Amino acid sequence: MSYLLGIDIGSTTAKAVLLKDGEIIYEKYARHFSKVREKTAELVAEIKEIIGDTEITLAISGSAGLGLAEGISVAFTQEVFATGEVVKKLVPDACCVIELGGEDAKIIFFDGGVDERMNGSCAGGTGAFIDQMATLLNLTPDEMDVLSLEHKRIYPIASRCGVFAKTDIQPLLNQGANKADVAASIYQAVVNQTIAGLAQGRRIKGKVLFLGGPLYYCKGLRERFAKTLQLKDDEAIFPEYARFAVAMGAAIYAEKSGTRIKVGELLEKIKYTKENAVSANRLPPLFASPEEYRAFKTRHSLSTVPKRDIADYKGKAYLGIDCGSTTTKLVLISENREILYSYYSSNKGNPVEVVKDELIKIYGLTSNRVEICGCAVTGYGEELIKHAFGADAGIVETIAHYTAAKHFQPNVDFILDIGGQDIKCFRIRNGAIDSIMLNEACSSGCGSFLETFAKSMGCSIAEFAEKGIFGNNPVNLGSRCTVFMNSSVKQSQKEGAQTEDISAGLSASVVKNALYKVIRATDPNELGDKIVVQGGTFLNDAVLRSFEKELGKEVIRPDIAGLMGAFGAAIYAERFEKSKLIGIEELKSFTHEAKSTVCKGCTNQCHLTINSFGGGKKLISGNRCEKGAGGSANSKPLPNLYEFKRNYLSNLHHGDGNRGVIGLPLALGMFELLPLWNGIFTSLGFKTVVSSLSTRATYEKGQFSIPSDTVCYPAKIMHGHIEELIEKGVDCVFYPCLSYNIDEKASDNHYNCPIVAYYSELINGNMDISSRTKFLYPYLNINNKKELARELGEYLKPFGSFSKLALVSAVRNGFKEYEKFMSAVKAEGIAALERARAEGKRIMILSGRPYHIDPEINHGIDQLACSLGFVVVSEDSVCHLTTPPENVAVLNQWTYHARLYRAAKYATENSDAELVQLVSFGCGVDAITTDEVRTILEKGGKFYTQLKIDEITNLGAVKIRLRSLMSALEEKEAK
Amino acid sequence: MNKYYVEFTEEMKKDYTILAPNMLPLQLSLVANVLKSEGYNVELLENSGPQIPEIGLKYTHNDTCYPAILVIGQFMDALLSGKYDLNKVALIYFQTGGGCRASNYISLIRKALKSAGMEQIPVISFSFAGLEKHSGFKLSLSALRKIIYAVLYGDVLFLLRNQCKPYELEKGASQAMADNYCRVLEERMRKDGISFKKFKKNCQELLEAFAAIPRSKEKKVQVGIVGEIYVKFSPLGNNNLEQLLVDNGAEVTIPGLFDFFLYCVYNNIVHYKLYREGKLKYPVLKLVYNFLIKKQQEIIDLINTHGVFRAPASFAKTVTLIKDYIGQGCKMGEGWLLPAEMLELAHGGVENIVCAQPFGCLPNHICGKGMMKPIKDRNPNVNIVAIDYDASASKVNQENRIKLMLANAKKPEKSIV
Repeated sequence: MSYLLGIDIGSTTAKAVLLKDGEIIYEKYARHFSKVREKTAELVAEIKEIIGDTEITLAISGSAGLGLAEGISVAFTQEVFATGEVVKKLVPDACCVIELGGEDAKIIFFDGGVDERMNGSCAGGTGAFIDQMATLLNLTPDEMDVLSLEHKRIYPIASRCGVFAKTDIQPLLNQGANKADVAASIYQAVVNQTIAGLAQGRRIKGKVLFLGGPLYYCKGLRERFAKTLQLKDDEAIFPEYARFAVAMGAAIYAEKSGTRIKVGELLEKIKYTKENAVSANRLPPLFASPEEYRAFKTRHSLSTVPKRDIADYKGKAYLGIDCGSTTTKLVLISENREILYSYYSSNKGNPVEVVKDELIKIYGLTSNRVEICGCAVTGYGEELIKHAFGADAGIVETIAHYTAAKHFQPNVDFILDIGGQDIKCFRIRNGAIDSIMLNEACSSGCGSFLETFAKSMGCSIAEFAEKGIFGNNPVNLGSRCTVFMNSSVKQSQKEGAQTEDISAGLSASVVKNALYKVIRATDPNELGDKIVVQGGTFLNDAVLRSFEKELGKEVIRPDIAGLMGAFGAAIYAERFEKSKLIGIEELKSFTHEAKSTVCKGCTNQCHLTINSFGGGKKLISGNRCEKGAGGSANSKPLPNLYEFKRNYLSNLHHGDGNRGVIGLPLALGMFELLPLWNGIFTSLGFKTVVSSLSTRATYEKGQFSIPSDTVCYPAKIMHGHIEELIEKGVDCVFYPCLSYNIDEKASDNHYNCPIVAYYSELINGNMDISSRTKFLYPYLNINNKKELARELGEYLKPFGSFSKLALVSAVRNGFKEYEKFMSAVKAEGIAALERARAEGKRIMILSGRPYHIDPEINHGIDQLACSLGFVVVSEDSVCHLTTPPENVAVLNQWTYHARLYRAAKYATENSDAELVQLVSFGCGVDAITTDEVRTILEKGGKFYTQLKIDEITNLGAVKIRLRSLMSALEEKEAK
Repeated sequence: MNKYYVEFTEEMKKDYTILAPNMLPLQLSLVANVLKSEGYNVELLENSGPQIPEIGLKYTHNDTCYPAILVIGQFMDALLSGKYDLNKVALIYFQTGGGCRASNYISLIRKALKSAGMEQIPVISFSFAGLEKHSGFKLSLSALRKIIYAVLYGDVLFLLRNQCKPYELEKGASQAMADNYCRVLEERMRKDGISFKKFKKNCQELLEAFAAIPRSKEKKVQVGIVGEIYVKFSPLGNNNLEQLLVDNGAEVTIPGLFDFFLYCVYNNIVHYKLYREGKLKYPVLKLVYNFLIKKQQEIIDLINTHGVFRAPASFAKTVTLIKDYIGQGCKMGEGWLLPAEMLELAHGGVENIVCAQPFGCLPNHICGKGMMKPIKDRNPNVNIVAIDYDASASKVNQENRIKLMLANAKKPEKSIV
């Protein structure tokens, strides 16, 4: 019998298996660093060494193999299909296969109808994701794996995609969380992603086979999978051939449908088949000529800060520290703002150590000649560093950057900062920060993304940038989230793009993302004429050039672009005369230890990190309110309408009738209509059970049955609420389908969004309720009481017959309860406004939908706002205080959303009120409302602040935004 | 309703060019010709290419649905091309209204025009729900009737072309035949007037003409396409999905546009039944519905009698198929029609289905992805793959998933175990 060869080329690795008479005589697993052709040729050459120029039969598989197979006319088989075939042959009694690859995740169910699935286009949490996270922890993937086995606890980390997870992990690291715990939590995130994104409502059980590189190498990941799926030892199978399953599948496929060819000829073909023609979707090169590049370099070399040798400087100095998400920066300046010392480096997972070492170094260099008179800290790690080392001030990043930019261009109009994982843009008007735009969680990770990408292609970020400058045909990669960019890059590689072109293309994407996604500019002139760009990412000349090209303007990039935050902080510190900064002696005995615990102050159960710095100094972080930080709630708390509504809904009377027990899930539209349904059912003689306010556990309880992983979090959490009600043994779960919400006569129509309206249909189709309890989800008309009574009578027949009179009076009663609730909210709103005005407090209209009061959905933003000194009111508590705005430029057809426009108008009419809009990730309707709310506010001379929220639990970014808003307000008032 | 929009006036009708996005080449070019014969100078946009989504992203919120980005991109690309006198051009877009954010397309188009400094351009909302009034754009009952016929003709051409194309011996013959008849039928509608009798006669001719195209007898995998209406139909929206499937050896079935029209009518009947609203309209709608259903059945019978091609499913039957799966009150976007079409395909023997939707499409969370499990549970042979389309979604990923679906579809013949 002849030789069978299977080649599997994935997004990051190439695998080959050679079979002779069913025996494996060669197998190889190697990273290809995007050099698909070269690596494949290498493997084939090795095979030629072994068997000589013999005839073989082969098939190729894998996402990056498709292009190659087509190019050299060799049989191709889809990789999931290949896996399915090989498993059926080798492990006939397998129930399920989970295979994680570089960028794909796949699942195959065998029992009860074969079902093969791959992750959707929005799900990066796989091998490449693990690599990216390891880089973040400053570990190799192997080290991370070993470490993860020692974990003691698991942190909740968003599992949708790498960017999300990063936003969760970074603060954990900055707060000093244990790396072992973080490593295990990363694996858990991958597991959750697999379950939520792939299983989609189908339970993973029975004998499960785990395949693919990551599952072969990462023991910690295996452990998380087995534990989460509750698999017994003989049910979780991690075979020796895990890495080669697809290649083996391809070899088996080759037996029947493969291509026969001599090894030598194959090798020639792989090496010399002409590259595919350059596809049309390319951009012009960044520089048309070497002269253009030289002119560019010369122009930018003018924006510099003078340096001064620290060794011979005597006098006062000011220190600025920017403890960013991935990097830590320090700048020490002289009285004349010359740079005496600067430092820029990755956090290495522990910024405290980095800063400590640097301080020791600085003290060593300055000895007694230099007096550090002031020190200011900014960035994500601001609080931690400030407390650890006794800095004089902590300032919000936006202010630090503005201060620094002013140094280069006193009349700056616009500042764009692209850092490791955030983009900050602010427009300056009349010398004050006028509007702040930060990237949303979904499109961050720009700088660090470039870096990880450079690494995956086998070069340093500097080399990568260098290559980009000279790319002849930059790839057009689109302007969306980085996960998509990953796939687009894959696509361009398939089309034969070179590293040079990809580097230049990625730079253009970063720029377009910032311009069109974050700034939302339609015309480059909107940015003004004097633009300062900064942040480490702009040190990359390819990015800088792309930006200038896209704008059609020249911009200023200071030579210290990466140090601007620290430089700004140092300038800020000039106001101090005597610094409280830790001295050299104290530094020597400085210790830092971080411990994690759960706060028992209230039901929020915040995960706290307690940092101890020796000498009894402590910093507690992770808390959502002052209680956790060791403070007390002595003074009368500021009014918070979110809290008020939560309390109101938690204290309804649930009846004691004997008609049966009705379960009402407290999610989506129920947050507003609960009093109505509760009133109706209790009047009819039912007892009601309402599910509790959500926690992370609520979500996890229901995540197994979520079919669409891109739906909003408020909808996903519904699954957990239904599970809870079923567990509580209710006779029936009730969540009606409501195409129309209550008509408040303030909009063109009164729809619910499709999710709020019909989520019950999805629940019914995916949650297997009928075997456990009744599920009642009738289509109801809640704008006609008589009709509603008729409909309810119809649908409640299984619970006995109700007289028409009883039904009508129950409906009337329900509406009375509903009106009572709405009036109470309005009255409380007015009381809150009055108190704010009496005490001179700022008012925040925290606007969203009724379900945004759920503490798991808003992650405690309402409490955070209160702790920053805002009186928090909700959109529905103030929207009646003004008239609907005229000429809303969009179709104003949803009840909840119409309130937003009115609330925005109220904010423009009251100088002490600011509107902050909460937007759930994936909310399609808010793509429409946010622009409109912004327009209303900006026309009225107000700031617009949008907070995008998801499973994410990190409040750090939110805090920066709110503090920036406060600083901007203060500056505006000072003018 | 506030009147913030530029009206399309009687005056404008005379010499304005009205641009329309081309979602469905065959059906819409017939409809456009009807509008032309009514005195509207309608031009279906043919521009495509990677700049369309780019321009769309520039002029609208990036989280808006992909169809909106494409439609706006196509409009803006045309307007910025310099080909049109910006003071003599109007835009038209078809809307059904309803709780989906798609009802906001018109507003989004206007916003885009405004930010490009072209707010003088009127945007006509072509809608049966009467969302807006434009004095220069009023369709008579007879024009509406013609439009319905145009859609019916389009659907028949679409069906025949799809059934011939994978088997044609001479590449391009089916498309050429369809394009040719598109012109011929337009001319006949204009010259001979319309009646159902003439329609049937023409259909008979179409059946024979397509049956005469030389075709191979091999058996191909049948794949159905359902989904959000724009990405389901538009090659621009779905990266030419239909061609991709044909190139991979499949025969494609796509339920026609007329079904969507019937769905809109039927929803009004359901609305009365559920909520007892619109009592006056109800009997009229029922009459219209029953009439249309009867006509559809006659077309089906005609195709079956001819015996060469597979007739489309009857809408009346489709309605019954879905009853145990999802409530018919679920009417935003494609609503219950989407899973109904999956079942319709499966019952008609087309068990491999691509469900195409824009990334993050709200109704499709429920009606598309949310219904796949119950449908698969009860129809274990159904092989559905959901594909998301987006401005930056990579073709490789889409293609790979489609290949997986096809690999499973072809399994019985090529099983190697």
